[in-house]
Amino acid sequence: MSLFKNFRLPVFFIGFIFSGVALGGELQGPKLGVPVEAGTLSGWDISIGPDGRGLPDGEGDSRSGFTVFTERCLRCHGQRGAGGLGLADPLVGGIGSLATDEPLKTVGSYWPYATTIFDYIRRAMPYDAPASLTNSEVYAVTAYILAQNGIIGEVDAINAVTLPMVRMPNRDGFVMFWPEEDRK
Amino acid sequence: MRSELEASLVAKNGLLDRRLFMKGGLLAGSIAVFAKPGRVDDTSTEAAINYEAPVFDVQSASQSIGAFLPDSMKTPGAIFRGYGKPAGAESSVQRIILQPYGDLAPGAGIAMTPLQSLEGTITPNGLHFERSHNGRPTINPDEHEFLIHGLVQQPLKFSMDILSRYPLISRNYFIECAGNSFFNSNLFSEATQVSVGMIHGLVSGAEWTGIPLSILLDEAGLLPEGKWILAEGADSAGMSRSIPLGKAMDDAIIAIYQNGEMLRPEQGYPMRLLLPGFEGNMSVKWLRRIKVTSNPTYTKDETSKYSDLMPDGMARQFTYTMGVKSTITRPAGGLVMNGPGLYEISGLAWSGSGKIIKVEVSADGGTTWAAAALDGEPLTRALTRFRIPWKWDGLPTLLQSRATDEAGNTQLRRDVWSAQYAEGQLYHCNAIQTWSIARNGEVTNVFI
Ligand code: HEC
Repeated sequence: MSLFKNFRLPVFFIGFIFSGVALGGELQGPKLGVPVEAGTLSGWDISIGPDGRGLPDGEGDSRSGFTVFTERCLRCHGQRGAGGLGLADPLVGGIGSLATDEPLKTVGSYWPYATTIFDYIRRAMPYDAPASLTNSEVYAVTAYILAQNGIIGEVDAINAVTLPMVRMPNRDGFVMFWPEEDRK
Repeated sequence: MRSELEASLVAKNGLLDRRLFMKGGLLAGSIAVFAKPGRVDDTSTEAAINYEAPVFDVQSASQSIGAFLPDSMKTPGAIFRGYGKPAGAESSVQRIILQPYGDLAPGAGIAMTPLQSLEGTITPNGLHFERSHNGRPTINPDEHEFLIHGLVQQPLKFSMDILSRYPLISRNYFIECAGNSFFNSNLFSEATQVSVGMIHGLVSGAEWTGIPLSILLDEAGLLPEGKWILAEGADSAGMSRSIPLGKAMDDAIIAIYQNGEMLRPEQGYPMRLLLPGFEGNMSVKWLRRIKVTSNPTYTKDETSKYSDLMPDGMARQFTYTMGVKSTITRPAGGLVMNGPGLYEISGLAWSGSGKIIKVEVSADGGTTWAAAALDGEPLTRALTRFRIPWKWDGLPTLLQSRATDEAGNTQLRRDVWSAQYAEGQLYHCNAIQTWSIARNGEVTNVFI
């Protein structure tokens, strides 16, 4: 074993020095990227963070969301979004279950930010026809899921102003591993 | 002979000194007895010993040599083809496909690398694992555009044509899905009988060639408030992940080639992000956009999924680095031992924290350990092959491997790993995994 160590150590240091030189620094690009106007990118910039910046116009509540859900989501996510055998992830339920022997992770019980619901449904759902819902339909079905989880009321309107203000039950349920703990 | 083997024991139950397999080593002169020591699947030492060579006589004038030669020497071979394929006899070597939602969502699932059928450290492109969330898109490279924007001085767009003029680098790296080895995780309370490919085959190794991302970010000009990037794919899951800017500027690559050819569609054709050592989901495939942000975006796949629930109900988030891990790929689940005798144990080890410095193997369920030989110089965040000779005495045995990386991380026992997490938690399972060898040569996955 000690032989092994004596042999590896110098190699490790050489490798370390080389990798510093080889990536990043010394390489130069030809700078051929085509400049674009920051203001013209709303069609590209579809990601919505917790601050809600970039959320579009439109709104909806749980009642209009029920129609969207029934027509576009129910077949995969089950009655009232409760999931079921052979179905896709449940979207409702499990609040208070995370520290038990049978934790149930759903949008309601687990997700820390409501903006993520809008962002994800708008880009990826319904699974068989992503990006086909109107912005108001996305707000509405988001409101439906939030209301089914008891996080907002049946008549609360969800829009660019109210969505980032929704406080999710598991907002403080995460310990951030990065960058606090630098384990690169 | 017997005493020589005994003398070279390095741990209990038959683990032997690597020099046993070396020229002029402990077996010199007697190697013929173990004609094919490495084969676990089809060639027994018995068969090798009983083989009778045909009588060879082509000297008479009326003889043609054809009677003595294999068919392949008597018929013209197949003609040239534009793109090669594996030998027909290897057609059963396939990725293992799991679709958890069945027909409801057939494009959400995994295709795993059949590790039991492969050797070395480079995964053939057609067998590289795939994890996709809504199928594999078809992207026209002539129309594909890549945007960098957000907290930069100048948003920039790049076509594939433009990117082809940038300097490239080539590196060997593994990519591993955060969900790899879930058959060894808290998702299961009892061990499931599946092949090593099914347990650990959400890892693959390749030589990736691409443009250091730092070059393109520098070109756009980072603003001081920028601390993260959001990377987005052009697939119908709109895969998106937040990545600390430090990683993006360090060793991140926009990969365009995989083992020398353009990326496979499964791996993100025509371009993907590659974050060495980080959970595979973050190496966003079919990359179309990078937005520099001041905070994480908290996308679905960094909150709902790819976060690690603990028993107290709190979840670890942004657990990016793939832990140090190893697995014995031969003998392993999916293979059968061919009688007692000498074998080469072969396996893979890797770590998201750097190089593998040590792999130990145990043939007695973790009581005694022997250092395996590392095949070739271990590379940073790449697969490392390890090997060790083993003389199986034919008795029931428990085989394990345990890797250590240059940062000093070592794999934990499964029960110790498991206790850190909640019921059902499957991500980042890098616990030691155990193969049980039965008297009849059957290899099964067990929890101990
Ligand atoms: C054809 C089946 C199907 C339909 C229809 C469908 N979904 Fe989904 N949904 C899925 C699948 C499959 C997933 C998991 C995707 C993955 O693995 O990334 C999912 C995931 C989700 C998630 C994330 C769940 C979690 O906890 O991570 C949400 C939210 C969601 N769907 C909302 C909707 C809404 C709203 C609709 C209707 C507008 C809808 N879905 C329609 C199949 C479907």
